Amino acid sequence: MEQLDVIIVGAGVVGCAIARFLSRYDAKVLVLEKEEDVCSGTSKANSGIVHAGYDAKSGTLKAAMNVRGAKLIRELSETLDFPYHNNGSLVLCRNKEDMPGLQELYDRGIVNGVEGLRILSHNEVLAMEPALSEEVVAALYAPTAGTVCPFGMTIAFAENAADNGVEFRFLEAVEDIQKKDRGFSVLTDKGSYETKAVVNAAGLYADVFHNMASSDTLTITPRRGEYVLMDKEAGDLVGCTIFQLPSKFGKGVLVTPTVHGNLMVGPNAEDVEDKADTETTQLGMDDIKKRGLMSVPTLPYNKMITSFAGLRAHGDKGDFVIGEVSECPGFFEAAAIESPGLSAAPAIGEHIAGLIADKYDLKEKPDFIDMRKGFTEVAKLSNEERDALIKKRPAYGHIVCRCENISEGEIEDAINRTLGAKSLDGIKRRVRQGMGRCQAGFCTPRTMEILARELNIPMTQVAKNRPGSELLRGEADET
Amino acid sequence: MRHDIVIIGGGPAGLAAAVSAYENGIEDILILERDERLGGILNQCIHNGFGLHTFKEELTGPEYAARYIDKALNYGIPYKLGAMVTEVTKDRKVTYVREGEGVVTIEAGTVILAMGCRERPRGALGLPGFRQAGVYTAGTAQRLMNIEGYKIGKEVVILGSGDIGLIMARRMTLEGAKVKVVAELMPYSGGLKRNIVQCLNDFDIPLKLSHTVTCVHGKDRVTGVTISEVGPDRRPIPGTEEYYDCDTLLLSCGLLPENELSKTAGVELDRVTGGAVVSDDLETSVPGIFSCGNVLHVHDLVDYVSQEAERAGLKAVGYVRALANEALNEHAEVVADTDGESGVEASGRIRIKGEGGVRYTVPQFLNYESMDEKVTVRFRVGDVYKDRSLVLYYDGEEKKRMKKRVMAPGEMENVVITKAGLNGKVKEIVIRVEE
Repeated sequence: MEQLDVIIVGAGVVGCAIARFLSRYDAKVLVLEKEEDVCSGTSKANSGIVHAGYDAKSGTLKAAMNVRGAKLIRELSETLDFPYHNNGSLVLCRNKEDMPGLQELYDRGIVNGVEGLRILSHNEVLAMEPALSEEVVAALYAPTAGTVCPFGMTIAFAENAADNGVEFRFLEAVEDIQKKDRGFSVLTDKGSYETKAVVNAAGLYADVFHNMASSDTLTITPRRGEYVLMDKEAGDLVGCTIFQLPSKFGKGVLVTPTVHGNLMVGPNAEDVEDKADTETTQLGMDDIKKRGLMSVPTLPYNKMITSFAGLRAHGDKGDFVIGEVSECPGFFEAAAIESPGLSAAPAIGEHIAGLIADKYDLKEKPDFIDMRKGFTEVAKLSNEERDALIKKRPAYGHIVCRCENISEGEIEDAINRTLGAKSLDGIKRRVRQGMGRCQAGFCTPRTMEILARELNIPMTQVAKNRPGSELLRGEADET
Repeated sequence: MRHDIVIIGGGPAGLAAAVSAYENGIEDILILERDERLGGILNQCIHNGFGLHTFKEELTGPEYAARYIDKALNYGIPYKLGAMVTEVTKDRKVTYVREGEGVVTIEAGTVILAMGCRERPRGALGLPGFRQAGVYTAGTAQRLMNIEGYKIGKEVVILGSGDIGLIMARRMTLEGAKVKVVAELMPYSGGLKRNIVQCLNDFDIPLKLSHTVTCVHGKDRVTGVTISEVGPDRRPIPGTEEYYDCDTLLLSCGLLPENELSKTAGVELDRVTGGAVVSDDLETSVPGIFSCGNVLHVHDLVDYVSQEAERAGLKAVGYVRALANEALNEHAEVVADTDGESGVEASGRIRIKGEGGVRYTVPQFLNYESMDEKVTVRFRVGDVYKDRSLVLYYDGEEKKRMKKRVMAPGEMENVVITKAGLNGKVKEIVIRVEE
């Protein structure tokens, strides 16, 4: 049986952040993920927002981790080279009666340590964002808010962790965690492991593992949020992330440019029963589209290129559940990580890794690699740089995805790097092939060929994501 | 590097434009094609029915393309494959990226835009459900089957009755798949009548008009779809849901001219066609930049693409010659950049408008001075019309009334305007559908 120091359950943004911060220490760490890639659950379908930190109640873990996380994201986007844009945010107040609510957010932000907050008048807001509704009375401006690529950040954490010796195993689901005299037995659908410590970062399923270790029962409810995404042509309609004053169902509908320059509207909030129910609905999409218009009346929905739904891991404790379970020493967790979970993720990773390092007296590695080079984005280079690169590596000159201008070389990179892509979705999340306006209509066949070639698998095994999502149904009959 | 004529796209439009330009006397041509072969989408259209107008015989798509490719090769017209154009500027600098070459910028005497169109994807339709495998646009499915040689599904539902969807209904049936139903949101088909007969009726595939997909089921792969009837507002009617077991959903819900490059050059686009606004010589709002084929407006028959592209080639030759003459007089570029004679912004132009059921016209303008004796104006109607008339108005006065037994959105219509009939005074031409 394999002997580990730490097993992390789940390779979402939180699991990968924990892995990355743990990889600084001399320890044998394994990440187990039931899907075929990192970033396959809640982490892949969310707003991609780095919240400034005025939302969460002061004194909560949410507030502390949000503010610290936002700062870390700014720093790590440099060292780990993932897409982040500090575009600022506005919370719109549309009725005079609601002004106390806006003031409350401002006051809370000050207590939470958010810098640069200002309440802007109608004229100031409209001068800043002319596309906003004339009905806006005032807005809370948070210059530290930003947008981040949730895939880019998760993949960066995972790659850097792997480069520092953390092992990742995919398509391996943890079925049971048993407390032993010294440490734990972790049983999966493929085998079993012995480990000193376990980290529960299982997202929507974190309640299952929490309840194996703690008598204080946790329930996680999947709270579905639907989004619509528009063409990059609409991406500069607003510059800031535009929120509406929060309601009891979370932050309401936002309108935001994404870090890649699309325009996004969403999410709604609907509790569902199935933890895999990422279905979009006509009602849901109609609803968010209508509510988006309240902020930006000219939203060009005829430029919509896709819609999707994500599930928030909504816990019943009113806050993140983070730390070591007191009645089960060695069992650490980061559970119920709903909004602002993406913003908080690196802070959670730093915190949990710190707890583990302290408890087991882990030593820092002398050869820790704290930098990671992101994917080469050929189309973003100047013509001269691009020309030089193509002369060095011709595959960078062969455009496969015409909408996003992604070359064969970049697709090869996505497959062949550390923890490379094994599916079309994996490629898409790494290098944006198929993310454009034709939604992979033209480039799917070619990308499938490259994937089959690089992984040395038959075309019929090429899948959208996990096994069962293969695209082809066999070769044509011989005639 | 400089070429008299740079053609972006080596599909039917680009090839016909190149051949025509060559035959009209300009040899310094370059075709830039992003795919690995010439011929464009025709290469995957292995069914017959192409070329009845042009060649008076029935060809397959690759055969039709080969007629033009052979000519282009015989003439020795230069072309580059795998060349992805990333920018066209107002002053006709064309930048492309290519394996083995890097990033190359060339100057063009004229540019002919012939990039074709793309399919409207699932996301743009907002179809509810999971994001599973097994949902294909009809053209992607066609490529995977006809070029790559794979089966993509066993039980199929098709949404949209555009021509590629109809063709694929027959194609998949012949390959052994069961095509259960074709659902069409509109109360009429968007495809050619002959395709409905030959691809659906002949194979007993039901076509449900005024129906749409209201849910795509299956988490990993499509397991079924729900279709519902829609009311006059095109919204699903609750209670009309029908479930179909299937592993594949094909989408044939419209084609969109691919004008991203035209935008980089500042070419004015028509909101209805999604293509450039052009004059009778197929010149766009940017002097020296011409447009033809499906990037200009989505055609029903490739024969008309070829005809249009041949005109674009011919007119580009005229432009190149005018430039050369100007250069001789040491006034190079004057005509091209500042003079009012060129471009659709020119004075003395005649506006052509579609009204009352006529959705658009191509061209949108005539330049009276320079126009040919006869100009064909093509357009589509917005509904199915039976026993109506197409009426042509010159400055508000009825000029001509043409009886039409049937007109449908899936088929292009045309009227021919003669220069003689305009007598130099007409400012506006209107085409309408009337009782």
